[in-house]
Amino acid sequence: MSVATAESTPSYKRHSVGQAFWYRLRRNRSAMVALGFIIFEILIAIFAPWVAPYKPDESDYAAVWSTPTKEHWMGADDLGRDVLSRLMYGGRVSISVGILAQLAQVIVGLPIGAVAGILGGWVDYAFMRVIDILSSVPNMLLYLLMVLVLPRGFLSIVIVLSITGWIGIARLVRGQVLSLKATDYVRAARGMGADTKHVIVSHLLRNALSPVLVSVTLGIPGAMMAEAGLSFLGLGITPPMASWGQMIGLYQAYIQTAWHLTVFPSLVLSLTMLAWFTLGDGLRDAFDPTIQL
Amino acid sequence: MFRFILMRLGGLVGVLLAVSLLTFFLMHAVPGGPFDAMTAQTAQMIPVELVKNMEEHYGLDKPVWEQYWLFLKAALQGDFGYSYYASGRTINELIREHWPHSIQVGVMTLAFSSVVGLGLGIFSAMNPGRWPDYLGTGVSLFCMSVPSFIFAKLMQYFVAVKLGWLPTSGWEGWSEPKYWVLPVLANSLGPVLTLQRYTRSAVSDVMRANYVRTARAKGLSTTKVTLVHIFKNALTPVVTVAGPMTASLITGSIFIEGIFRIPGLGWYTNVSLGRRDYPLIMASTLLWTTLISVTYFVTDIIYALLDPRVAYVKER
Repeated sequence: MSVATAESTPSYKRHSVGQAFWYRLRRNRSAMVALGFIIFEILIAIFAPWVAPYKPDESDYAAVWSTPTKEHWMGADDLGRDVLSRLMYGGRVSISVGILAQLAQVIVGLPIGAVAGILGGWVDYAFMRVIDILSSVPNMLLYLLMVLVLPRGFLSIVIVLSITGWIGIARLVRGQVLSLKATDYVRAARGMGADTKHVIVSHLLRNALSPVLVSVTLGIPGAMMAEAGLSFLGLGITPPMASWGQMIGLYQAYIQTAWHLTVFPSLVLSLTMLAWFTLGDGLRDAFDPTIQL
Repeated sequence: MFRFILMRLGGLVGVLLAVSLLTFFLMHAVPGGPFDAMTAQTAQMIPVELVKNMEEHYGLDKPVWEQYWLFLKAALQGDFGYSYYASGRTINELIREHWPHSIQVGVMTLAFSSVVGLGLGIFSAMNPGRWPDYLGTGVSLFCMSVPSFIFAKLMQYFVAVKLGWLPTSGWEGWSEPKYWVLPVLANSLGPVLTLQRYTRSAVSDVMRANYVRTARAKGLSTTKVTLVHIFKNALTPVVTVAGPMTASLITGSIFIEGIFRIPGLGWYTNVSLGRRDYPLIMASTLLWTTLISVTYFVTDIIYALLDPRVAYVKER
């Protein structure tokens, strides 16, 4: 229908980069399903107090350790708390840890990468050496030490996950800026007398932005997994606050008597990570004009 | 090349110094000392005089800077001192005892995931849009979205407990293969994912290259084109990820070793962190850092050997 007419009569209407991108992303069915799933989960997390069947810390003593029933769709835990409700509230922590950690990494990494790439010289050299050192520290050990040093809590987890995470963004932006600096259109802009500010803002930074967006989208599930890992070791989010990883960590020892306490959070965490990764891949394809969709 | 090697070795020394400094001060900033009742896990308080004595014995009463200096002097001679927890045993001895288990799991994981990852990658790149491609995508999506500790835990429950096919945990070294299966499988998720993705994109890039088309046009057989032209050139990017991956694999995973009760170095370091066994934490951090840096270094050299276009130091 509309696609056919568009093909037979080529339209010369100008599309903005954003429009073209959105058009390409929309044609990627799995990425759209993933996006829908993510929005659905975020909405549930935001409106948890209204959609959750129970309060997250409400004990139903008749349902202690119960496997899935009509009252508790995903069963209840050792204190009779509803697993489904805890998953809904736990999503608030798990999802926001992922997003906030990535945000912090961009806030630190983007300027550092941009400055190193634009200025070059000894500034670049100094930043790159710092990055070399930080990327040689065993990550997990650094996480564990940091978690023990900082006070326990939500914010500390975000800080710990961003402490080395910005390196990736900084490297990416620096590489982008370096390669963009050498492109013909940037040189043409310079030659036509564009001032440095214009070149940096509308050529270097704007073009470096789409790989950053892809990296952030792919980084969110990574951060969620790291949070889950720390919580699994008992070093993450502290009870009574719940996160998906923490629910898995707390009850994995009881898997033989209460499988539902491990399996459901694992399922939700894995599906969410799958959705973010799929969306990230979709974004990358949509940004890449060499890929035919 | 010689200048490049020298420069990198200098950099390695700098990195090791910086990492040791960072870890040392971070470690001492962690609340609780090795002889507190909490960390020693005893019910009754340890007498203050005893703690003071112990701290004096291990030099913990000195200022942190001086402690670091003493540590550095000894470490440069390969002496990491005695463990605070396993009294009377040297750190080198403990590492010699635990590390081989991690190496073993790591080597087996590497072997298994190389076969699966490279195989899937090549297979799906050579058949784009057909079932091997979908299989490869499916496996990589699974490896991506299921964290290894969750996979380990669920496998332990379903395969070992429910079905009873394999032991739930334990370790008997090389002699008992039934203990390897689950840890190696769970440990392979990440490596399989990385190897599959890199191999797939490398092989499909090379397959579209002009020299491959030329080789085909010249009338070379498919086997010859695949082996000589495609694999040889596609291997270069795969080698760059395989190096650092090996380093992280043979140092042992905290999760896998913890879940399957393998007495390896990853698990032991995590436990020592809880016991504030400072010398052991320092030694294994430096061991990891050295391994990672050395593999990056070796990878760069192999990269230069495989690809003649790579020049690290500008020739004059």
